Amino acid sequence: MFKQLKQLTSLFAMIAVLFAFTTEAMAKKSKTLKNTQKKGFVRCGVSQGLPGFSNADASGNWTGIDVDVCRAVAAAVLGDANKVKFTPLSAKERFTALTSGEIDVLARNTTWTLSRDADIGLTFVGVNFYDGQGFMVRKSSGITSVDQFKNGISACTNIGTTTELNMRDFFNSRGISYEPVAFEKADEVVAAYDAGRCDTYTTDKSGLAAQRTKMKNPDEHIVLPETISKEPLGPVVRQGDAVWEDIVRWSLNTMIEAEEYGITSANADSMKTSDNPQIKRLVGAEGEMGAAFGLDNEWNLRIIKQVGNYGESYKRNIADTGILPDRGPNQLWTKGGILYVPPAR
Amino acid sequence: MNNKIKRFLPQLLTILFVVFVFGFFTINAQTNMDNRGIDFGFGFLSQEASFDMQFTLLDYDGQDSYLWAYVVALLNTLLVSFLGIIFCTILGVIIGIARLSQNFLIKNSAAWYVEFFRNIPLLLQIFFWYYAALRALPLPENAQPWFGVTYMTIKGYYIPSMIWENLNVFMSCLIAAIVAIVFIRIYAKKVQENEGKQLPVFYISLALITVLPLLSFLIGGVTLDFEMPVLKQLAQTSFIFEGGVALPPELIALVLALSLYTSTFVAECVRAGIQGISKGQKEAAASVGLTPNQILKLVVMPQALRIIIPPTTNQYLNLTKNSSLAAAIAYPDLVLVFAGTALMQTGKAIEIVGITMLTYLSISLAIAALMNWYNKRIEIKEK
Repeated sequence: MFKQLKQLTSLFAMIAVLFAFTTEAMAKKSKTLKNTQKKGFVRCGVSQGLPGFSNADASGNWTGIDVDVCRAVAAAVLGDANKVKFTPLSAKERFTALTSGEIDVLARNTTWTLSRDADIGLTFVGVNFYDGQGFMVRKSSGITSVDQFKNGISACTNIGTTTELNMRDFFNSRGISYEPVAFEKADEVVAAYDAGRCDTYTTDKSGLAAQRTKMKNPDEHIVLPETISKEPLGPVVRQGDAVWEDIVRWSLNTMIEAEEYGITSANADSMKTSDNPQIKRLVGAEGEMGAAFGLDNEWNLRIIKQVGNYGESYKRNIADTGILPDRGPNQLWTKGGILYVPPAR
Repeated sequence: MNNKIKRFLPQLLTILFVVFVFGFFTINAQTNMDNRGIDFGFGFLSQEASFDMQFTLLDYDGQDSYLWAYVVALLNTLLVSFLGIIFCTILGVIIGIARLSQNFLIKNSAAWYVEFFRNIPLLLQIFFWYYAALRALPLPENAQPWFGVTYMTIKGYYIPSMIWENLNVFMSCLIAAIVAIVFIRIYAKKVQENEGKQLPVFYISLALITVLPLLSFLIGGVTLDFEMPVLKQLAQTSFIFEGGVALPPELIALVLALSLYTSTFVAECVRAGIQGISKGQKEAAASVGLTPNQILKLVVMPQALRIIIPPTTNQYLNLTKNSSLAAAIAYPDLVLVFAGTALMQTGKAIEIVGITMLTYLSISLAIAALMNWYNKRIEIKEK
């Protein structure tokens, strides 16, 4: 009896050890890339509907600058920008979905902070939108600056975001008592604010501009000029797959650098015969730019041809939709903005 | 020996299987967390939470720890569950009895009520009460007073707050009254058993519970003042009430939706309990000269309760667990605050979800234990 027990326990221990080893060994190569190519689509986490960033139309087509990052990755690793499976996630669910392996890229207007980068098992690969937190109020309130906020003001926002923490820092440093009303979904925040539950609605300024278009009467609301925080938004991957991390990072960098060198979806093919070696590298006509990722040499050309450069993406999704026609800091460093990416060479 | 093995082997295999499954999941989680650089631990509970909460029963500030945020959020969950259970019981009993009424109108309205509210998903009802009420309610500056001093507005229900002096004297008087009532009831029961006389217990209790606290005002030096909510302007078109107590609309909508929904199930339990008592019991009671009220109180209800309590306990548990839908309308309950914001800020998914699950399990088991105790107390004591 006792012997049997002992045998069974050792068997159990052996199985457990075996399992631990197999998962350990598989983590060394880019498991994510291999799995993605086997599945035939990129699993990408996006928002539940934020115009300009990630928003689905009535027939389920996703658009937005975050969506374009996912499409760029799909174009690079699968050859087709449409081979993306989008998973809409709330702010609360997003990191768990990524760390648990439900998605492989999170492009969901997510702020890059130290604790998120270091603690949660995530790695931020870059910034695709420089943002900052602001406040929206009703025009009729006569408020034109955050200096006019008074004790007892109620502020609607989302849970699970940096917004909640910034808001507290902001009101506390000014000694204003406030009532935070935090919802799980952005649509519910907008509905509650629009109904008059809150005096102000606070989130990233791009988000305010985008959500304003969803209000019953957008002209009745204004975004206050003050910015109370830095919000660099960017795509995120799981920690532990350095190659996949590089693929996503350089897919984004390719889009930004392509704009810098004037390569667009329309002229990408003709740029192959350019005299500039950097341009030739960006369209796969010179050097071995894909081998290190385990990709072919035209991965970057496909991104530019199928998705376009960053400027095209911004114009299509954010400027032409009237959300933020002015690019502000999200302009190339050569044109007065802060978009500056390492060279692809 | 052979028999012993036959008896124990299946049990041993079951235990080993359970251990293996748990072990597999633990090791799997451990390995995956190691690979992704996530630490496991509860150290985060003592860190500063650094987020604020809209509505709390105890003092809470963003500087407090996650542990305190957990306690405060848990109290919010308990508050909603408690209020919901009280209201759904009162409503449920009334509707349940109304369904058995001889009056066509009462009977059918009650039936319609039950069919209507129990067949619409609860989440939809919560959204309905929240957003419909929000849109229908006036802004603070347009609010008309209810009962003269309270204001129902889109930003909450404002009621005067009570400012007590010598509250402890008042409370001791109240407790003394309750203790006295308990003793009088015991005494009255004895008198009835020994001499067959019935004392007017109800009127004596009523007198005690009003007179004793009143005395504390007259002689005990207890005073009670009210702080009225006063309208305050924040900006040109933005107003708020200051002073008094503000019940957030999220709490009101949630309690309303939970109690209306659950009361339909309670009503059905009550109806089933009363109908489960055979007609002969009532006729027998009537034949020994009991009044209709006495029949209900002494013959029908004690037996009906035994049928009513167990399924009603299920409904209380359902209500408590359903209160986690609060997250949808920004009421800061355990799920929204702890399994929401705190989880997001710390990234401790396994720990926080584990704690939250254990918490709901404990609340449910506690309610079940309480109801089981009550059920034991009222069941027929066979001699």
